[in-house]
Amino acid sequence: MTVRELVDRTGLTVLVLPDGDHEVSGVYAGDLLSWVMGRAKESQAFVTIMTNINVLAVTALLDLSCVIICEDAEVPPELIRSAEEKGINLLRSDAPEYETCVRLSSVL
Amino acid sequence: MSQYYYDLHVHSCLSPCADDDMTVHNIAGMAALKGLQIVALTDHNTCGNCRSFYAACKRQGIIPIAGMELTTAEEIHLICLFEELESAEAFEKEFKAYRLRVRNRVEIFGHQYYVDENDEVCGEEPDLLPPASALSLEEACRLAGSFQAFCYPAHVDRPSNGIINILGDLPESPAFSVIEYSSQADVAKMEADHPSLRGKKHVTNSDAHHLWDISEAEHALELADEPYSSSFVRRQLFRYLREGTS
Repeated sequence: MTVRELVDRTGLTVLVLPDGDHEVSGVYAGDLLSWVMGRAKESQAFVTIMTNINVLAVTALLDLSCVIICEDAEVPPELIRSAEEKGINLLRSDAPEYETCVRLSSVL
Repeated sequence: MSQYYYDLHVHSCLSPCADDDMTVHNIAGMAALKGLQIVALTDHNTCGNCRSFYAACKRQGIIPIAGMELTTAEEIHLICLFEELESAEAFEKEFKAYRLRVRNRVEIFGHQYYVDENDEVCGEEPDLLPPASALSLEEACRLAGSFQAFCYPAHVDRPSNGIINILGDLPESPAFSVIEYSSQADVAKMEADHPSLRGKKHVTNSDAHHLWDISEAEHALELADEPYSSSFVRRQLFRYLREGTS
């Protein structure tokens, strides 16, 4: 399933979707970026509440399919701008991380 | 120029996790016994004991620095040091609005005592101080900077609340010119693992929560000190931190 299809089926909010055809291989949730860096796998969707710019560095490094910011956390405009520049799909969920993962699991 | 032994990260009894006998006079006295000359008081999200700390340090001949260990929204511990006590207090007034309002439970977290310069308890903070504030790292640096604070990430070598573990690496922005290592840090290993730390100016502090944890006279800075006054040396310290020269 591509990120675009994932958005269609889950109703996640799109912040930017410069690479909607990226395949989603699964999901990884976490907020300690050093931890995520060592464990998330290529093309997974990255579920987090972190909005620091380093989220994009980790995502680019591991070639994750998208970042899903949970709980409608405020996303700084620089993050959105930078995601667009780096070609990273940035989505938002109104639900907490657990519920977001449950929703993803029901469509993947 | 003289060598000044320092410890720029010490908690008082206002931090719930610190011993109740981390009173300002005890800290200043212990620092003097250990041969330190410059000590910063950095309680979690508060500068509430800094004024008493100044008075206690004066009696012991220690140069005091007013500070705060601020918890950012990402749960990064950020040390904010102020050249002027009044700036620290003005910052705290503003910062309070961003603290999480949750009551302290003394039986779980410990007391949060305000003390006067004679170590008498003169109040207790009802809200739990250490939790994450609503300010992101970037916002915290900006707000503290508007009160002339000098900020650096605390104990970058520690997994808990250290910036490297939380963000994966030092961020490009805010750009930190100084980082703090804890006394137990393996600096060579940290630098080998994280290229962004190589050659970074650093300070090594105790993060003392007990009197015996306050640094020994091990870490010193060479600072200009003529004509001598404590405020002159303090200014040189900030100059060193900001520019790398004194």
